[in-house]
Amino acid sequence: MEYEAVIGMEVHVEINTKSKVFCACNNDFHAPPNTHVCPVCLGMPGVLPVLNIGMVEASVAVGLALNCKISRWSKMDRKNYFYPDLAKNYQISQYDLPLCHDGEMEIDIEGGTKRIGITRAHMEEDTARNTHTIGTRESGVDFNRCGVPLLEIVTEPDIRSADEAFAYLTALKQILQYLDVSDCNMEEGSLRAEANISIRPKGTVEFGTKTEVKNVASFSGVHKAIDFEIRRQRAALDKGDAIVQETRGWDADKGITFVQRSKESAHDYRYFPDPDLVPVVVDEAWEQRIRESLPELPRARNHRFQAEYALSPYDAGVVTSTRAMADYYEATVKAGAPAKLAANWIMGDLQGMLVERKLDIAQCPVTAASLGEMIRLIEDGTINGKIAKDLLPEMIDSGKSADLLVKEKGLVQISDRGELEAIVRGVLDANPGPVEDFKAGKDRAKGFLVGQIMKATKGKGNPKLVNEILERLLAS
Amino acid sequence: MSRITEKDVDYVAGLAQLVLDGPTKAKMVKDLGEILGYIDKLNELDTTGVEPMMHVLDMSNVYRQDVVGESLTQDQALKNAPKTDGAYFLVPRILDGEH
Ligand SMILES: [Zn+2]
Repeated sequence: MEYEAVIGMEVHVEINTKSKVFCACNNDFHAPPNTHVCPVCLGMPGVLPVLNIGMVEASVAVGLALNCKISRWSKMDRKNYFYPDLAKNYQISQYDLPLCHDGEMEIDIEGGTKRIGITRAHMEEDTARNTHTIGTRESGVDFNRCGVPLLEIVTEPDIRSADEAFAYLTALKQILQYLDVSDCNMEEGSLRAEANISIRPKGTVEFGTKTEVKNVASFSGVHKAIDFEIRRQRAALDKGDAIVQETRGWDADKGITFVQRSKESAHDYRYFPDPDLVPVVVDEAWEQRIRESLPELPRARNHRFQAEYALSPYDAGVVTSTRAMADYYEATVKAGAPAKLAANWIMGDLQGMLVERKLDIAQCPVTAASLGEMIRLIEDGTINGKIAKDLLPEMIDSGKSADLLVKEKGLVQISDRGELEAIVRGVLDANPGPVEDFKAGKDRAKGFLVGQIMKATKGKGNPKLVNEILERLLAS
Repeated sequence: MSRITEKDVDYVAGLAQLVLDGPTKAKMVKDLGEILGYIDKLNELDTTGVEPMMHVLDMSNVYRQDVVGESLTQDQALKNAPKTDGAYFLVPRILDGEH
């Protein structure tokens, strides 16, 4: 039978406020264990949590970027469970009145775009980190992560394939990074993705029984886990087995999902309003202030770059992949570089050299103004493209401007007709063999001659002029 | 009258990780039943046009500015721990990594 997959995603993002969500502890859990802790995040009795306004504003910003409605009135609730990652035996979260709800996001799929509904985005606190030493009968608990602000973003079951899930996660991460609300590092757990997956006979509307896959360490892992889960469920249904509602983990080495917890042991969380925390009321004026502070978002910027700079969809996609690169690109163009050339240099040579040096574009030693100047030097004929390719790594490593390096090293292109013609004549006189070959119809001989001429000019010959003079002299 | 059975009490006690003996359980069946009976009584009131009360506190928007303050030292944090290795709180080994 032909089946269709129905997938919804739940993403937890750690928000990069300076302090934790309910106390003033440092929101950086890469510190020695249990050093960024206080009575509030240790869950001591009698303490009073107070919500960090930075978390509310970051969450509203994400909500707006995901086209959500922002609740005028929302509240914090207690989610009750017993586990050593939360000493107070409940997690402060939001239950029936989340801060953001009913949004949607556009993703690119093969042959077009698709809208993914965002059910909700709500604020909560992260939990402590447990560590296990093999061979011991104990686990260690580090509360540095406890109380780190967490935003949970839940989609509608609108996703139909592993590819779409991957596209959704990539687009979501890009938005979060543009907003600069999280570093979205999946390996370190600052972004965690879970997928709810079921399948149903194609053409039917009723949902099948779903499984939840969590603890996957990368987007490509999520892609593989979803693909595996769809195949597993299809094989089970074809055999006449029922799908069991359960939580499954992902074994990246074996490439399989495995049962982590069945529904029978799932908890009843007994949510209730947290009496320690007062309601969050975001009025229109506050929402508007946050809306006005939003940066231009990736899709809007991508479309604008296509329209304003005549970039291809592919080039615009690469150049807007991060906010830093898009900013760098625009600054390069503003420095006078033609739009298409600037995109080629940034996506090609510059990006490659930065990768080699393990640098991010935000740390690029060559400023956008300096790259723009270098491209202008090519444009106005001062240097040729070949020289520029050698110049750029020197600019990166020395921090010197293109202009300065060109002067220091005497790299100015030879565009003097008389000077070039003398050099070309010299090369032709020294190579009668290849000249004969060319005249006998062997085009390859011309390439050799051009090579010799460029060598004689130390690479500084204006290629267009060299070609012109060479053709004229060979024809005579 | 009692809408609460011993099974309900067992379920709720289980969620709260409480072990109740026979007499306590019987008392809970009675008490919880009475509480629900009281709610039934309240439900007789006509609340048409009354705004639902979502929260017990009649205030909103109390926030902390996003500023880092002082934390405890590691020693202070671990001082009351039943068991520690000097860096971590030690608890009986956790098998299932989930809640
Ligand atoms: Zn704290």
